[in-house]
Amino acid sequence: MSNELFEKLTRAILDGKDKDAVSFCREAVEKGLTARSVLENGLMPGIRKVGELFSIGEYYLPELLISGKAMQAAVAELEPLLNAGGSKFYAGKYLIGTVKGDIHDIGKNIVMMMLKGNGWEVTDLGVDVPPEKICTAIADGDYDIFGMSALLTVTMPAADEAVKAIRKAGLRGKIKIMVGGAPVTQEFANKIGADGYAKDAFEAVNKAFSLKDITR
Amino acid sequence: MIIIGEKINSSRRQIAEAIASGDRNFIQNEAKIQSDAGADYIDVNAAAFMEKETEYLKWIIEAVQEVTDLPLCIDSPDPEVIKKVISLVKKPPMIINSITLEPSRLDGILPLVLDYRATVIGLCQTGNRMGRSAAEKVEIAGRLIEKVTSAGIRIDALYVDPLVFPVGADSNSACATLDAIEEIMKQFKGVHTVCGLTNVSHGLPNRKLVNRTFLAEAVARGLDAAILDPSDKQLLGALRAALMLMGKDEYCMGYIKAFRKGLLA
Repeated sequence: MSNELFEKLTRAILDGKDKDAVSFCREAVEKGLTARSVLENGLMPGIRKVGELFSIGEYYLPELLISGKAMQAAVAELEPLLNAGGSKFYAGKYLIGTVKGDIHDIGKNIVMMMLKGNGWEVTDLGVDVPPEKICTAIADGDYDIFGMSALLTVTMPAADEAVKAIRKAGLRGKIKIMVGGAPVTQEFANKIGADGYAKDAFEAVNKAFSLKDITR
Repeated sequence: MIIIGEKINSSRRQIAEAIASGDRNFIQNEAKIQSDAGADYIDVNAAAFMEKETEYLKWIIEAVQEVTDLPLCIDSPDPEVIKKVISLVKKPPMIINSITLEPSRLDGILPLVLDYRATVIGLCQTGNRMGRSAAEKVEIAGRLIEKVTSAGIRIDALYVDPLVFPVGADSNSACATLDAIEEIMKQFKGVHTVCGLTNVSHGLPNRKLVNRTFLAEAVARGLDAAILDPSDKQLLGALRAALMLMGKDEYCMGYIKAFRKGLLA
């Protein structure tokens, strides 16, 4: 019985049906299933599968977005119960922003949405973020990971400068750093001393979990 | 309609490799392909190389000018680079690609536009914001026009680029660009509009279909220049047909001639 409902939920996420996802969540809870179990057995397999399909090119960008939206709606439905049950849907705290001199935000926003859909609490510094602002945020907060986006070859050096500033401020040990964006490569990430690189939103989520040593 | 051939751009992997390895033939061949396919300008870009940009851009300009008489579109986000290479450009009228409302770019480039009797592409973005909605794009376009004309440059030397964003990330983004093109052409008589196409289809299957359909729609709204790959026959076919259908091809001769040359598909 519950298996059938889990499958329906997974399907709703895969198809990006937010209303279905919400109503199946309600139905599951009414039938006595725990919010944690609905999340882990119904929703998470769905959003994980969406990411996989996207990364092999079978799902396209709008499908990633609409599934992410359905995931967010379903999680919002379950959240009060998760919190009340003392098992918050929580992977960690993620700080994100587009580097100085770069005002592209579409890619960053997609990564942000996928992280949220996977239980990350995300703080967005916006675009054109100077290194000082990044350092202040890291110093004042308790983030696990800082992820930055650079969409242009000419703004990639700003990612390097951000890492240097974080190091200089003595904050490097406090946070893991990820970098991404169209012209960015793994080699570049290594060169500037970032902890991780992701080529798309799906990989970014996986990388975030692996940097926090969470096995899914 | 002005066609700016986009292929010699260092953000393309093959071009970056050819530049880095000094493969003059490859670059020259890309220029010839675009010239044969009916480009009006050849865009030249080495921005991916950062500190070597000036050196490489000079090399590209010389290489391209050896094989074609077409004017160039000098493409760099850095006014200093443009300043250093511009005297090498032999044939007027050149296009400078590009300015934004950022003061350093306006101050660096507008005097060059005047001195070299060039034309210039103006992106609908300020220092820290890109025009997203049609209204924002039109508003920024108005401010660009004000800056350009008050520098003593004629409005028809400006090509406003309303910016194109992936429709796959926001279903209304392509429509915002199309609405802006129409409004800019209506509100600011004499100005031109230009845009690139590939961004619109990011994240979607069969991207070329989306690109050429967008181009046809943009032409229907008044777009009069485009940065594209002129050797893509289906794209050029859509463009020629759209121009003809919009009454911008007298006796349909542009379309017919392009067909006879085997340039349409």
